[in-house]
This record gives sequence, structure tokens and C-alpha cells, in this order.
Amino acid sequence: MTTAVEFETLPERAETQRGLVAVAMSGGVDSSTVAALLQQQDRCVVGLTMQLWNQRRLPELQGDGPPQHRCCSLDDVYDAKAVARHLDFPHYVVNFEEQFESRVVRPFVDQYLAGRTPIACTNCNTDIKFEPLLRMARQIGAERLATGHYARIRRNEETGRWELLRARDDRKDQSYFLWGLTQEQLSRSEFPLGELTKEEVRALARRVNLPVAEKPESMELCFVPNGSYVQFIQAYSKERGFSLSDSDGEIVNESGEVIGRHSGVHNFTVGQRKGLGFAAGKPLYVLSIDPQKNRVVVGEDDVLRKTICEVEGANWVSMEKPAAAFRASVKIRHKHGPAAAKVEPLEANRARVTFEVPQRAITPGQAAVFYDRDRVLAGAWIR
Amino acid sequence: MNRVYLDCNATTPVEPEVLDAMLPYFSAEFGNASSIHTFGQKARAAVETAREQVAALLGARPQEIFFTSGGTESDNHAIFGIVSSSGASRPHVITSFVEHEAVLNTCQALEKRGVSVTYLPVDQDGLIDLEHLRGALRPETVLITIMHANNELGTVQPLEQIGSIAKEADVYLHTDAVQSAGKIPIDVNQFQLDLLSVSGHKLYAPKGVGALYIRGGTRLKQLLYGGHHQRGFRPGTENVAGIVGFGKAAEIARRSLANDASRLSALRDQLEHGLLHRTPHSHINGGRAPRTPNTTNLVFPGVEGEALLIALDLKGLACSTGAACSSGAVEPSHVLTAIGLPPEEARASLRFSLGRHTTQADIDFALRVVPAAVAQLRELSPTYQKAAAHD
Repeated sequence: MTTAVEFETLPERAETQRGLVAVAMSGGVDSSTVAALLQQQDRCVVGLTMQLWNQRRLPELQGDGPPQHRCCSLDDVYDAKAVARHLDFPHYVVNFEEQFESRVVRPFVDQYLAGRTPIACTNCNTDIKFEPLLRMARQIGAERLATGHYARIRRNEETGRWELLRARDDRKDQSYFLWGLTQEQLSRSEFPLGELTKEEVRALARRVNLPVAEKPESMELCFVPNGSYVQFIQAYSKERGFSLSDSDGEIVNESGEVIGRHSGVHNFTVGQRKGLGFAAGKPLYVLSIDPQKNRVVVGEDDVLRKTICEVEGANWVSMEKPAAAFRASVKIRHKHGPAAAKVEPLEANRARVTFEVPQRAITPGQAAVFYDRDRVLAGAWIR
Repeated sequence: MNRVYLDCNATTPVEPEVLDAMLPYFSAEFGNASSIHTFGQKARAAVETAREQVAALLGARPQEIFFTSGGTESDNHAIFGIVSSSGASRPHVITSFVEHEAVLNTCQALEKRGVSVTYLPVDQDGLIDLEHLRGALRPETVLITIMHANNELGTVQPLEQIGSIAKEADVYLHTDAVQSAGKIPIDVNQFQLDLLSVSGHKLYAPKGVGALYIRGGTRLKQLLYGGHHQRGFRPGTENVAGIVGFGKAAEIARRSLANDASRLSALRDQLEHGLLHRTPHSHINGGRAPRTPNTTNLVFPGVEGEALLIALDLKGLACSTGAACSSGAVEPSHVLTAIGLPPEEARASLRFSLGRHTTQADIDFALRVVPAAVAQLRELSPTYQKAAAHD
């Protein structure tokens, strides 16, 4: 679809601030288009690009020549600056390397080493973009921070709560990564792309001749240069001086029989089939990871499906923490079709989720996000 | 928007008089200073006049001035040049932790080649200890390179005493005078310097031109190889217009140094006292050391310097935090770390550097917007609110 979208037909936000709005700019087409959109609404825009990771680190992960086409690479910073120059608004690069490492990268590595499968993007949203970056936006005089996320924010006039909703474009929806936002954070944030499709965003970018209009999308974790998180974990661990050499362990079947060996639990994720390192008659999958015994448990596909999981660290988004159990559609990974379940709140922001139909590979470290149709009710980490 | 520029340690505008002097050399007098014909001779004459003007600012002889592309090249030339020609099997260099990156990174590159380097610590005002310097000297020491004035703090090292120590030990002495030239008096003989780096754009000449002073008789290897320009020692067709501008700017600096210094130090002190008075808990970095008259570096606890810098820029006031990295983001300052500031105070520091065109109105503007911005940032700072609650 290449329909040209008229700016005049764009949905008006319920509340439009007249003051300064900061745009978190990655140098990609989405956040750049956000800046263009806000300017078209006569908003006063300032662009902020986060410097999150020093690309000179972990040289063994780099190819030859200067780092390119990666998040936080100079190219992306220059792209963001080029957009700001093109649209003529002030732009600054802000350094959050320290926070990014302590709140995103280190926990990411630690989680993998503990046999879990983390989602760095959620931590980055909750602990970087909508924390120090949002604060900086406010400190420099902006009322709000706008980002290129595909999701929507709405204030429920009856309950007074800020609600988080799925994007109109289902294929681009990023609400799964945003469940950690507090009411305060939501009240200070704007997702102008939530009502648009990716095609419409590209069309807008072309219409205003954004220099990044044809830039390909980045799909990888921004700080993992070649897409291999295993190599990243090895290189990072070496740089930080903790050895992975003694991380070898056993691969066992459900009854505890040793059927192979592995070279570290960080190489595995629940549900994984490939790379088990040994031949088997029937396809085997990782069922669970036991970091204490340094064991990977494998079994057949039918055993991989489970009905119940427990979650922790729940954040109640579009609803207050309920007293009683409730029904919701629950999404257990980014590319998961939400499944009907009963959610029972427990003490200390834990909850028990019981699916109507068993779900494949419920993975510790991933998030369970509870939806009521488009609304994100809450989210939590799978234990 | 009315914009006020208090970042003259980063760069300065080209003086109109300097620009006027340069303009003919872009077109009408475009000759190559190495050419034999009249076009070339006119360019040569202009370059040599500039050499005299720069030499005069430093108390040097014209033949001891080599024009370069700027401070970074001059520093590289001096340090690599001395070490390469030393002949020692494992030469030793003494420098300090608060040098500019042009010196620090050159020294680090030398270390990778097997040269040993001593980085002298500094006190809380950014000054080296002369006893440390004496103690660091070794038989294989070939070079002491200590900056004259620090770019971030403005603190001025005791170059004359350092010169005596170097002379006594018979070790070459280089100084990066990029931040002091034109601001405070320099005399290469009084300081007993062998090498000195200067940059044009810090003293109202254009960017892309600088000079290295090399005392006659100093043995150092050249950095670049090429034609016979500047006696073959620094080849490359002379940047005639830039050099002419640099010369003119040096002449003006020499003429107006005393006036500028007294006027600027009065304005700087007014700014400093005003800010200290109007923003609770703020204090000065390096305030007890001798400083260049134009520089002040203040800590505003509870504030992210980076956010304050941006907030002020949006209000029309340009100043600076530590050094910017290649993306333009602020990096933790090695200078503020070296004077012992805890990381949160280093991040809460801001530098204001005044210049020849700074006016009373500029200072009044800064005294209006800075305290208001600091107060606004502190209101949104979780750490400052907590600390204030304990007061």
C-alpha cells in the first residue's frame, strides 16, 4: 500500500500541548516521522538521541572498518541530526551509556547466564527511555516525550487512569514491550504513530522528504552487533572479567538421564530445537533450564506445552491491581497470538496465569502481558 | 532568538580585522608561497609577516615558528618528534592526567609502541606538584609535556618552575599553550620552553591553522613528509589566508592582552560570584589556583550538566560541560575526575568561558537564566530533592 496520507486527515490527539515536546530520535524512519508529524501540528520540537553503547567496545564482535548500520553507531546519530536539520529544530545527543549498561545490558547477560530469556527492549523502555530520558526531556523544559513506538495512550475519563492500547497496525504493535510504564510515565508520553500503519509512516516520511525515508528497519537488539547474543555474552563476560569457561553442563531428558553435554546455559532458550548438539530419533526441544545444576532439560513437543505459569513484578497499567481473579488475553512473547486465560493476583505483585488451552514454550524471563481486547491491562515477568 | 556565547575556550569568532587581512589571499593574492614569481613572493611575504607576528606573541624568533593545521597537529608533532629522534631504547615521557586529548592520546599511542609514560596527578585545583615532577624524572626521560592552561578549569601550571626543572635535568619541555596564548603572557625564554603548541581559532583566527614553536637546536623528527615548504620540516602548501589571519590575530592579541585580561577577569568574577550567590550549594572547580582570566567551572549539585547545557542552549545561552565525544554526547570529564570530583559532581559541572566580545549584558543574561534553569532542573531531580529534605 502506498497511499499518500494527507496531514490534515491525521487523527487529532485528545490533548495537545502547546509547549515544547521532546522526540526520542534513533535516526530511524519511525522516530523521524514522529518529529515531522508533531511539527505539522505546530508543536515546538526538540530532538534527543541517546548514546547508549560505546561501539568501540568488544572489538572481537566487529568486522573491519568503522561500525555501521547499528543502533548508536555514528551513522544513526548523523541520520537523526540530518532529520533535525531538514526539519529545522534543535537536536542533541545525550549520553546514557552508564545507565544503559547497568539497567539493560548487565541484567540481559545475567539473565541469560541464569538460564532465563530476557527482553532487553522492555527494560530499555521502562528504565531508560521513559526514565532518565523522559526526566531529561522534562528538565530541559519539555512537557512530554514523544517516541516512535507503535502503541496508543488514552486517558480514561471515568477512571482517571492513563490506558495503554495496542497500535492500530497489528503487525507493528509494540505494546508488548511497554507494559512496564507507570501512570506518571504514560501521562508524560506520546506515541504519535499508534494510529498509523508502517506504510502510512513511510508515505509521510517521503512526503516531507525525510532523509531517512527509505532507511531499512533495524530488527536486531541494538547493542548486539551481529545478531548473535551468544557471542555478545561471551565477549562481554570476557571484557568484564567473569569467566564462562566452567559453564559446561549436562543435557538431560525428563527422567533425568544424561543424554548429552552443553557449553553453557546461556546458549539455550525454552522451546529451542536447533543447536542441541546431538542427534535424536525424534525432534527434541528445550523444556526448561536449571541454572543451579547447570542442566538443560529436553523433551518432545507435547511436553513443552503448559497450562499454568506464575509471573512476578507485575505492573498494572490500564487497570488498578484487582482484588479478584479476572479473565484476559495473555501474550507470552512478542510473536505470540494472545491466548485466553484466567489471571489470579497473588501477594507481592505476583500472579498465577491459567490458560484455557496449553501454551507452547512458556519461557522464564519473557513477559506475560494481559490484554482486554486492545487495552494493556497489566504485564509481568514469567518466573 | 538572542544568543549569548560563553564558550570561548571551545572556539572564538574571527575578528573582523583578521578577516579583512585574510580576504585578499583567497583570490587576488592567491599565489603559492613557494613559487618564484611575483604572485608567490607576495604570498611568501604575507606568510613571513605572520610568522613574525606569531613569534612576537610568544617571545620567540620567527624561524622557530612552524605553521601547522592546528593544536592537535602541533602536539603530535612535538611529542612524536622528540620521542622518535631520542635514540633511547625505551624512552620515557612525563605528562599529566589533565592534558588535552591531543596530548593524552598521543602519549597512549606511544605507550603501545613501548614508550613508558608517567601521568602526573594533580591537586584539587588541577595543579601538578613540582616534587612529583622531580621524582618522576629518570635517566631515560626524553620529554616533559605539561599544558600551560587547562581548557576545562582555566588553571595555569607553574610553567616557569617546570622549565627550571626540565633545564636542570636536561630534558626537553613541551607545553600545549592552546588555552593560554592570547589570554596570559607567554615567553618561551622565560619559561625555558623547547616546544610549544598554539591554535589559531582559540584567539580569533580561523580554524585549521596553528603553530608549533621549536627552539633552535632542538632535535626532533618531522611528522609529515612532502615538499620543501617550511624548510621541508612541515611540508604542504602553506594555508596562506589562514596563516595571515593567525598572524593578524596574534598581533591583536599581543596588543590587547592586558586590557582583555583585566576586563574579562572582572566580568568572570562577577559571573562567578553572582552564580554562587544565586544558586545554593554551588561551588567553583579549581578556584584557588591561578587561572586564565576568562574561565570559570562550577558545580551545581543535583543537576545533570548535560541537561543544564541543553536547557540553557534552548534559552539562548551557550556554554559547555566536559568534552564531547564523536557523536556529540557528553563524556565524563577526565579533568574533573583527576581533581578528585566524585562522578555525580563531575556530571553536575558546567564551564563558562568568556571572550573579547563578551559584554556586561551577556553576563546579566547568564545571571538571569542559569539560576532559573538550575532551580527548574533541581525540582525534577530525585537525588537533589532527597538531599534537600535532609538539610
